Amino acid sequence: MSDNASGSAAAERGLTEASQVGVASFDEMDRGPIRRAQEFLHRFPTSIPFIVLLIGIAIFSFAAPGKFLSAFNFSLILQQVTIIAILGCAQTLVILTAGIDLSVGVIMILASVVMGRTAVVYGVPVEIAFPLGLLAGFACGLVNGLIVTKLRLPPFIVTLGTWSIFGALNVWYSKSETIRQADMQETAPFLQWTGTILRPYNFFASMGLDWTFLKGWVLNYGSIVMLLVAAVIWYVLNKTAFGRHVYATGDDPDAARLAGINTDRTLIAVYALAGFICAIAAWVLIGRIGGVSPQAGQTANLDSITAVVIGGTSLFGGRGSIIGTLVGALIVGVFRNGLALSGLELLWQDFAVGVLIIVAVTIDQWIRKISS
Amino acid sequence: MTLEPGTSAGPATVVAPSAEAVPALRARALNKRYGRVVALDNADFDLMPNEILAVIGDNGAGKSTLIKALTGAVIPDHGEIWLNGQPVAFKSPIEARNLGIETVYQNLALSPALSIADNMFLGREKRREDFFGRMFRTLDSAYMQKMARQRLTELGLLTIQNINQPVETLSGGQRQGVAVARAAAFGSRVVIMDEPTAALGVKESRKVLETILRLKERGLPIVLISHNMPHVFEVADRIHIHRLGKRIAVIEPKRHTMSDAVAIMTGAMAPPVDEAA
Repeated sequence: MSDNASGSAAAERGLTEASQVGVASFDEMDRGPIRRAQEFLHRFPTSIPFIVLLIGIAIFSFAAPGKFLSAFNFSLILQQVTIIAILGCAQTLVILTAGIDLSVGVIMILASVVMGRTAVVYGVPVEIAFPLGLLAGFACGLVNGLIVTKLRLPPFIVTLGTWSIFGALNVWYSKSETIRQADMQETAPFLQWTGTILRPYNFFASMGLDWTFLKGWVLNYGSIVMLLVAAVIWYVLNKTAFGRHVYATGDDPDAARLAGINTDRTLIAVYALAGFICAIAAWVLIGRIGGVSPQAGQTANLDSITAVVIGGTSLFGGRGSIIGTLVGALIVGVFRNGLALSGLELLWQDFAVGVLIIVAVTIDQWIRKISS
Repeated sequence: MTLEPGTSAGPATVVAPSAEAVPALRARALNKRYGRVVALDNADFDLMPNEILAVIGDNGAGKSTLIKALTGAVIPDHGEIWLNGQPVAFKSPIEARNLGIETVYQNLALSPALSIADNMFLGREKRREDFFGRMFRTLDSAYMQKMARQRLTELGLLTIQNINQPVETLSGGQRQGVAVARAAAFGSRVVIMDEPTAALGVKESRKVLETILRLKERGLPIVLISHNMPHVFEVADRIHIHRLGKRIAVIEPKRHTMSDAVAIMTGAMAPPVDEAA
């Protein structure tokens, strides 16, 4: 400060005093335990879904003794949540930008129809039919992104509209015809690959490791695809500039623009990528049901949003994680499965999921208060 | 003040900038109309190297349009701008930024949920230079964190315990500090600050003023837009007074009082003629 060429003595004095006061220092202040909990959750928002998941597992281990806590049952849960978790990854991307995609389910079905029907009914080689299905998903997402950015419409309305449009295209292309498992097996077994069952016990046994706790655990390639998709999206969100831009766009679009981010391009890329991920979910869907059903996955949309929200991602954008979504999907799976095994009627599963959603959003609101 | 055409070169008083120095940022006869509203009426602007130039003016005087024109956020209808003597015509804020003009916006343009380091490099993230950076566009987080910490330390913004803490957990002054540090880190030629102390308390304002002086010490010319006369008179080398869409005077805080400045700004007093070039 001393060799300041402008030499305003008053300023010098004022500033010296100021620096002695130690303004804007980053010290910890005394805070109550609730405030500290809020800060902890603010910093590690994914910890809540983890805790809920563990509590759920603990409860159902007692409520359904012997049935719930088994390798076989966990395999079942994993298979049940695989598709929702993949769609959840797509949905997470969109929700992080403070948007919502109501069309993920129908994009998945349309893509599965494009893959299956092109290969089985029209006899196109699967090497072409499969990329065509991926392209269809990508294109649907691109359309969503373009409408959201170019027409400046709320994503809710846009994807509500495209939900209907893609649904109509699905009926048109599929002619509402189902493709049977046997036909698929004959012409395009590659599309069923994701349903292939692995037995980790046998794998380790062949290496001479007799890990009996793995007995009964079955895994399919679809679950591995899910983990790969999640890993890639995790990487993109956390380790690339694009990921930072996704968060920034959802957090405060004006600030993001002023910081030099092309928010429109980011949004278009997010919706297109989400569409592409839905097409990957389509492949897993075909593996799971063996064939193609234009009527499959009716509840997939809302289930994917549920997984994202329970996983701690904020519907207001800018906050959340892929890991949270995976755990969120598992929570839904564990609660549904556990309640069923405990002998409760189906309606209580829906009831529990509803409670979880409301609790999750309430906690999110509470954590967000820290910003103000 | 009546608005006559061509007053740009007229009796408007301007403190002579030192001898033949090339202005860091210079504009002549900027015009901008919004329908029938004249936001800029032959406005001139001079920012000399290594000075703090305050820009003051009543609400609606055209200050923000002037600043927007200088930062590429608004494209003037007529007029010329020079950066370090080179004519420039910005089509977007990004273009101005790429040429080294950094702006600290009043709303700071920070992303609250992102960390300090992420915010510092937002929109110009640095990739790793190894295989992963080239193939998978992996960010060089370690480098960005190191640089962010270094910048904040250089500006005396104290030791932030965790460079990865979200910006929303910081106080108003700390956020301002992050925005200023970001501008200082990348603004190679000019830093423009829009009302940096408006939202701050007394102590935090002091800190920001101190930071502004430090930036100047590092040789950066600074444009300070402010309504706060004591702050302006405390740090500014010269004061650009904007009125009715143009620069009507540039005064030195040493030779004028705050009430003079306010009087000129509101039209209660004629701009001084004695300091004309």
